[in-house]
Amino acid sequence: MTQVTMTVNGKSVSGTVEGRTLLSEFLREGLRLTGTHVGCDTSQCGACVVHVNGNAVKSCTMLAAEAEGAEVRTIEGMADADGTLSTIQQAFQDHHGLQCGFCTPGMVMSAAALLSENPKPTEAEIRAYLEGNICRCTGYHNIVKAIMAASGQEASAVAAE
Amino acid sequence: MPKDHGIGASSKRREDVRFLTGNGNYTDDINVAGQAYVHFLRSDVAHGRLTKVDTSAAAEMPGVIRVFTGADFEGVGGLPCGWQVTDKHGNPMQEPAHPVLAQGKVRHVGDPIAAIVAETPAQARNAAEAIEIDIEDLPAVIDMKAALQEGAPKVHDDLDNNLCYDWGFVEENKGAVDEAFSKAAHVTTLELVNQRLVANPMEPRVAVGDFNRSTGDSTLYTTSQNPHVIRLLMGAFVLGIPEHKLRVVAPDVGGGFGSKIFHYAEEAFCTFAAKALARPVKWTSSRSEAFISDAHGRDHVTKIELALDADNNFTALRTETYANMGAYLSTFAPSVPTWLHGTLMAGNYKTPLIYVNVKAVFTNTVPVDAYRGAGRPEATYQLERVVDKAARELGVDPIALRRQNFITEFPYATPVAVEYDTGDYNATMDKLLEMVDRDGFDARAAESAKSGKLRGFGVNTYIEACGIAPSALVGQLGARAGLYESATVRVNATGGLVVMTGSHSHGQGHETAFPQVVADMIGIPEDMVEVVHGDTANTPMGMGTYGSRSLAVGGSAIVRATEKIINKAKKIAAHLMEASEGDIELKDGQFTVAGTDKSVAWGDVTLAAYVPHNYPLEELEPGLEETAFYDPANFTYPAGAYACEVEVDPDTGKVEICSFAAADDFGNVVNPMIVEGQVHGGLAQGIGQALLEGAVYDSDGQLLTASYMDYAMPRADDVPSFQVDHSCSTPCTHNPLGVKGCGEAGAIGSPPAVVNAVVDALNRGGHNVTHIDMPLSPSRVWSAMNG
Repeated sequence: MTQVTMTVNGKSVSGTVEGRTLLSEFLREGLRLTGTHVGCDTSQCGACVVHVNGNAVKSCTMLAAEAEGAEVRTIEGMADADGTLSTIQQAFQDHHGLQCGFCTPGMVMSAAALLSENPKPTEAEIRAYLEGNICRCTGYHNIVKAIMAASGQEASAVAAE
Repeated sequence: MPKDHGIGASSKRREDVRFLTGNGNYTDDINVAGQAYVHFLRSDVAHGRLTKVDTSAAAEMPGVIRVFTGADFEGVGGLPCGWQVTDKHGNPMQEPAHPVLAQGKVRHVGDPIAAIVAETPAQARNAAEAIEIDIEDLPAVIDMKAALQEGAPKVHDDLDNNLCYDWGFVEENKGAVDEAFSKAAHVTTLELVNQRLVANPMEPRVAVGDFNRSTGDSTLYTTSQNPHVIRLLMGAFVLGIPEHKLRVVAPDVGGGFGSKIFHYAEEAFCTFAAKALARPVKWTSSRSEAFISDAHGRDHVTKIELALDADNNFTALRTETYANMGAYLSTFAPSVPTWLHGTLMAGNYKTPLIYVNVKAVFTNTVPVDAYRGAGRPEATYQLERVVDKAARELGVDPIALRRQNFITEFPYATPVAVEYDTGDYNATMDKLLEMVDRDGFDARAAESAKSGKLRGFGVNTYIEACGIAPSALVGQLGARAGLYESATVRVNATGGLVVMTGSHSHGQGHETAFPQVVADMIGIPEDMVEVVHGDTANTPMGMGTYGSRSLAVGGSAIVRATEKIINKAKKIAAHLMEASEGDIELKDGQFTVAGTDKSVAWGDVTLAAYVPHNYPLEELEPGLEETAFYDPANFTYPAGAYACEVEVDPDTGKVEICSFAAADDFGNVVNPMIVEGQVHGGLAQGIGQALLEGAVYDSDGQLLTASYMDYAMPRADDVPSFQVDHSCSTPCTHNPLGVKGCGEAGAIGSPPAVVNAVVDALNRGGHNVTHIDMPLSPSRVWSAMNG
């Protein structure tokens, strides 16, 4: 068992973990931050995406011990302190970019990472970037629209609209 | 001007806020104090006799509380099947036992053999390694036709053979159908496979069983689309717990698509073990486990024949389908290839004579049951492929051939037992052609040719039977359940309402759409109405969500309950205003007396109901709460026309979808935003089936596609943006909302459009290809082109 300390959503946290404890498990079980979801066991679905030191990371593919000293941001840390949704979160609601909500935390975290790298992505760039996030409900159409809108571009720029 | 509230408005979804902030409450987020964890040790062979299951070493492993095997469940019922099909000779289907944990034999990879309950999930997993198991390998039957051969190994030793049923529909018409074929001017024949799929909701299944030692009550938290159905099936047929001692909670559920309708062994196990151990027991499926334990979908092999007269009118249709049941009968499995498939074989066409034969087969594979569309995609795919093939053989325009044979008068009684109440198939086809610019196709094809690509255009129509269903009808057809829906509407003293529904929302947006209906009826803001669902303790007995039924059946129950509320509220208002009840009108949340300026507000009436100081107690009970059960008179029949345009790379066989358009008739629409989202999702699943997905077994019964590394889920860059339209509306004639249901249309209507488009592209490119089985992977398309 090892002691780990990291900053999660701006707060310093620590806990005791096994060597094999995944970051996703530490967030969900150790910190009870259950917004980070686990949808597969082969690092494919992206429901568990969080930011580690500003980078989008699949938290099921990183050991908790590897996050020692890191700045971690999860879906719970995306809205403003007063509960106001961030631009991306609001765009997902406005454009119906979610249905069952299970993939949504990972989608929002990936979308945020995309827009910080590429503030005005094209539809094709959005679709390519989301290659590691699977959604079974929306057919991606409204997720793409939401991300276009969150980037300040006309959502109607989506090809078929 | 679009509406901004009530029926017809794209109200934003209220449930989104919790999902977008990480505050959803999914089953895996639920932890009960003192819970233990179960790990299931599953068979890694497809068929074998269990000769030894020694758990003694595992029981001594750190943290292990108890190890259960099939022997612990000998006195417990098996998992029941909810639908009995009668075969063409009038005999009931063969129905094997389905134990909670394997007894004597294992019958598919993933069949649970033992369950280890331990203090932590890791300890339970570790201990599984210490269980000693000997399995005498038996030959597996995987291919359906091989499974039916004389002398084939039997999946169930106590059954006559591997044939669940041989169903003929309508058996009495068979002779007339055969005769029509003998007189046909042209017959088009097609053999095709509707491949096995895995539903793959993004949330894997979870079950948490709890037992209250003080009251003797059991609680199951589970990822279910229908908690009341689970309570009834598990309580009455498996564990012998009366419903008043059993509560089933399905909180936020991360998608279902059918796979979370069914009652699964893990639910029964966790409930059973919690009582046996007097401790909560939790199971969380991994994705790998989901692939070998969630019911799969589709898996039909079909030969379809279409007879036409000299004028190209469809005169008869004949099909023979082999439908894979897998190793056991999942809850509603027998109904899918029969009543959800055979009854739809008329499609949108006035074919007068139809005969459908279905042979349901047991194999050493994961059980197969309903998956989005369930039987209707299989029907639509065969029919729309064979019509396209007929058009090609006859050298006629595939759209003209369809139009010529469309049903145009309603109500229309098909020769396969259902009566379409309303529809306008030419209208959706007209709308579709308006959306796709078919006239510009040649120019686009020329553009594709410049980069060496073959362009193709495919179209199809579809019809589905939704709003499942009238209880009396499904009872005749073998359902062991009623298929009504329920609602309780509770009005609080200060005027707010709670709608308790038997439907379940796992992505469909009920918490937003249902209040739109109720608020509209009363004339109050939507946020005065709250929806409660997913808990048998605080909702009336309902049948849940599947078959695009929630609004058509569940919404209708809500309308009926709200009508009762309004009727009673009018009586109270009449008393308060000293007027005759017949003169009371309700508009915008105000009760008025016709022809006077008297009025009382909604809140005055609701307060009077609970503070009955001035109240007609001799005529009316206090309070304002009503329940309604709604059992529909018929199915609903959404229909539409879909078109797909593709580019095929002849060098690689890769298919790219350039555009996809869907013109649907869903009748009235409550929330257009939600409806369009449902269609988008269905289209992606249908396109996934057409191009990417497929569960593949090897001949030994090993599932080769058991993770997202091998099973190709559609990703964002695999699908296009969609053009969708639902402006062609022929409202349902028999439910109070005039709605038809929209949840499955996209998945039903899209596979044939894609395949028709690819076949079209190849033929335009000079390749005489009549059919390619799904998924249209590059290798299959390339092979079709290169013989």
